[in-house]
Amino acid sequence: MKLVKAIIRPSKLPDVLRALYQAEVHGLTVSRVRGHGGEVESVQTYRGTTVKMELRDKIMLDIGVSDEFVSTTVDAICDSAATGSVGDGKIFVLPVDQVIRVRTREEDQAAVTPER
Amino acid sequence: MIRRLLSLGVLSVLVAGEVLAQDAASINASDTAWLLISTALVLLMTPALAFFYGGLVRSKNALNTMMMSFVALGVSGTLWAILGYSWAFGSGDAFLGDFSMAMLRGVGLEANGTIPHLLFMAFQGTFAIITAALISGAVVERMRFASYMVFIAVWGLVVYAPVCHWVWGGGWLSEMGALDFAGGAVVHVNAGVTALVAALVLGSRKDYGREALLPHNVPFVLLGAGVLWFGWFGFNGGSALAADGIAALAQVNTLLAPAGALLGWTILDHFITRKITAVGVATAIVVGLVAITPAAGFVTPIGALGLGIISVLPSYFLIHWRARTRLDDSLDVFAAHGVGGLTGALLTGILATATINPGGADGLLYGNPGQLWIQAVSILAVAAYSGIITFLLLKLIGLIMPLRADKDEEGHGMDIVAHGEQAYATGEGAVLLDFDETPEHVNGKIYS
Repeated sequence: MKLVKAIIRPSKLPDVLRALYQAEVHGLTVSRVRGHGGEVESVQTYRGTTVKMELRDKIMLDIGVSDEFVSTTVDAICDSAATGSVGDGKIFVLPVDQVIRVRTREEDQAAVTPER
Repeated sequence: MIRRLLSLGVLSVLVAGEVLAQDAASINASDTAWLLISTALVLLMTPALAFFYGGLVRSKNALNTMMMSFVALGVSGTLWAILGYSWAFGSGDAFLGDFSMAMLRGVGLEANGTIPHLLFMAFQGTFAIITAALISGAVVERMRFASYMVFIAVWGLVVYAPVCHWVWGGGWLSEMGALDFAGGAVVHVNAGVTALVAALVLGSRKDYGREALLPHNVPFVLLGAGVLWFGWFGFNGGSALAADGIAALAQVNTLLAPAGALLGWTILDHFITRKITAVGVATAIVVGLVAITPAAGFVTPIGALGLGIISVLPSYFLIHWRARTRLDDSLDVFAAHGVGGLTGALLTGILATATINPGGADGLLYGNPGQLWIQAVSILAVAAYSGIITFLLLKLIGLIMPLRADKDEEGHGMDIVAHGEQAYATGEGAVLLDFDETPEHVNGKIYS
């Protein structure tokens, strides 16, 4: 199994979720995160106090998948999250030691395979 | 006994003195006090609308949406004093006022009715402001802020001022006998039709129909609706232009019609969607308030209650149908204000009775079917004029400057794009800049 961690733009989340759903990737966790990926900073001014926002709002997706599903998942995210400008995000694919489904105590491959 | 006689004597002297003073200036202190308060109440409706609209949009557009209401306080308020008031209330002809009171020339402390002329101007100014702000609900989350400001500035002069003149400034609709107590046609049909046309000209938001565009703060929506109701007591009650029985009637009707509307909406919600919704209740309050606006001083309290209940039917079904179409009147300004105002104006032509307000007229139910026809003509005239001029005006402004943000900007949200601020900034990762190190891109695109 692998854990696919993808960081994307918040405005692209609906597109990515739709693409993942169409690729039959169902189980995922979404977090709001803040980070910086080398894009131009946004400048904001509050009553004369001008600040450079170095951290931007991003969305992080954590998706546990079986090995053969990694490329499907990565493709779906890349195709749907890209805008072509700096700041589109990153995808990290991590090895996973063990996966347990809490309800049934199924492990590993069975735990990341959706039930039909 | 002697004491009582004495005090009566003093009283009669006082009354005589008051009559003399009234002959001299004819300003009435209680009327003036009530209109001073009403002006402040109506002004509060615009910030309330900002909360109502602001809560209904996504968080990345919350400030921009609220600013569209707030900026009307500056734009429409300024232009009202410079020219709008004169075009609306100058004697002029049947269709437009004149330049006689431009820059408030001759508008001073002398009596206009029983209140100072300046106060009447300010009271009417708060109406001009809220009417412009109402339009913004149809164009939120995509219209460029500068284009919006230009639009409401010109619209206030070429649409609001003439329509206001027709109905309240001695123009042709008031000659015809149209009943519009506090602005069903002038404010609500006018803003509602303008909103519909603006939504059509601008087109829908890029995500409309593809994603669920949900309210980001429903408590704001309820707060806004509540404060709108509060301010509306000045809107309708103040429109009596006196602290008298008609003001009390308008006040009571402003209490009862939204109450009926709210109840009617919850019943529809319960039987149609199976859940009584908070956004629905907030909307119902607004629809009830809009509907009673033209009728407030002309119908009986029980008439107002019935008017409120009936008024939700067209708006409720229109809102639910509209959401399934390609028409992105984002916050349903047309359904709530255009159709609510239309329903209210027509019901005024049915339920009005001269027995409760001799200054009004009888409606259909009281043996005067002609009134309903007059009401229909007044609504049609206002709708046609404001629709056509709005269309031309937006096309014209579109030639000079882009009306809407591009897709990227819409994606980032109008708060950062238009204002360089966020509604809910955490401050994390914010680096303070000195004045001399403001980056280049502050003048260009300020986001990536």
